[in-house]
Amino acid sequence: MATDAHKLEIFRGLVKFKSNTQKIWGVLIFLSIVTAIEVVLGIYKPEILMVEVLGMKALNWIFIILTLVKAYYITWDFMHMRDELPSFRRMIVWTGVFLIAYLMFIILQEGGYIEHVFATGFVKTDF
Amino acid sequence: MDTTVVKPSAENKRWGGGTEPLKTSYGKMMMWFFITSDALTFAGFLAAYGFSRFKFADSWPIADNVFTHVPFIHGNYPMIFVAFMTFILIMSSVTMVLAVDAGHHKNKAKVTLYMFLTILGGLIFVGSQAYEWSTFIKGTYGAVATNGGNILHVMDGNGNQVALKDFAISQGSDREQHISRSGLWFTSETALPSYTFEEVLAGFKANPELVVRTTYTGEDGHKTMLSRSESLRELETKGKTIVEGANLKHNEYGPPLFANYFFFITGFHGFHVSIGIMLNIIIFFNVLIGTYERRGSYEMVEKVGLYWHFVDLVWVFVFTFFYLV
Repeated sequence: MATDAHKLEIFRGLVKFKSNTQKIWGVLIFLSIVTAIEVVLGIYKPEILMVEVLGMKALNWIFIILTLVKAYYITWDFMHMRDELPSFRRMIVWTGVFLIAYLMFIILQEGGYIEHVFATGFVKTDF
Repeated sequence: MDTTVVKPSAENKRWGGGTEPLKTSYGKMMMWFFITSDALTFAGFLAAYGFSRFKFADSWPIADNVFTHVPFIHGNYPMIFVAFMTFILIMSSVTMVLAVDAGHHKNKAKVTLYMFLTILGGLIFVGSQAYEWSTFIKGTYGAVATNGGNILHVMDGNGNQVALKDFAISQGSDREQHISRSGLWFTSETALPSYTFEEVLAGFKANPELVVRTTYTGEDGHKTMLSRSESLRELETKGKTIVEGANLKHNEYGPPLFANYFFFITGFHGFHVSIGIMLNIIIFFNVLIGTYERRGSYEMVEKVGLYWHFVDLVWVFVFTFFYLV
């Protein structure tokens, strides 16, 4: 693959790079900032983010979304998914996304149900 | 027959005849397929972890109370070391992608340098993981296990955890480890904890500032602390054994399942990193002796690079679900 085959824009064209090397460093800086935000939030756990949103703490939603953002940039820019054909990209990405989303939903639903049985049933664990 | 047999002409041979389906070489496509299936494996592990965590939602340990160590420094520093590990792995991912980029420009010297740095980053990461495991297995404070298998931590008045060795009072017990050589030959037991439950209880009674932290998470997201009188009653009525450190059966931080998942998932990831380092070393030497120079393409660096980035990708998720959420 020649150098000019790389797509050198991130954030939908908001940031443009002159060369692939420059883009790599740019993405590194972005990923480092995201990790730093995660670590700072993880240490201080601001009280304001401890509210429940859709069954989970807002802070945990932020962590999960930031993780998916990081995963996106690692796959798209470090693994060059951005430069592959859309058909190939979809083949790889959507297979994983669908199967993992399904598995997560079904398993976590079951885990929550069992927790409910433990909590409201007649199972004693604290003795 | 002519209509059913595929003729071996250049048009029909996909990879062999110069055309590449989806404009991707065979090796690269198969590496991507492997990565997809491996991603599903890790997703299965993390989903299982989530299942158990949902199941034991109120007694699951809080990561900030467990992973607090930084090498060469004493004290309580949650998150710092694991953030360092994450940064090392992202950094080695960057040097890997720089090596791939240098490969596109057929710049042998740069590929060599960047491959070397990638291997170095991988080794630092695996070393850090070994440290993480060793402190986790050894444990710091020790805990009391109840009849039901719950874990009780001992805290001082300021909310800091106290190690059992700092207050246990010897009761002159002469209980020895049962080894088959000096006892019944057909059975034996694992090493005994340094203190018996009676010694810890006596020490607890003698130090009026000590209280108990239960395994249950309260409304505020912290583990529930008991008052002094509740603590005494909790220890006397429920306390049974002493747990020090963590292994597959006992775990001083919380439910044994937590330790099992920790060993299994970070272990499986560490295994992937080790394999990645080995592949990187092979590629590194191939670059050095000029294999890819002669072949006219550094695509092999790219394929192994895909694997290496995948390892980084998995760590991003392990980091979130083990240490943050």
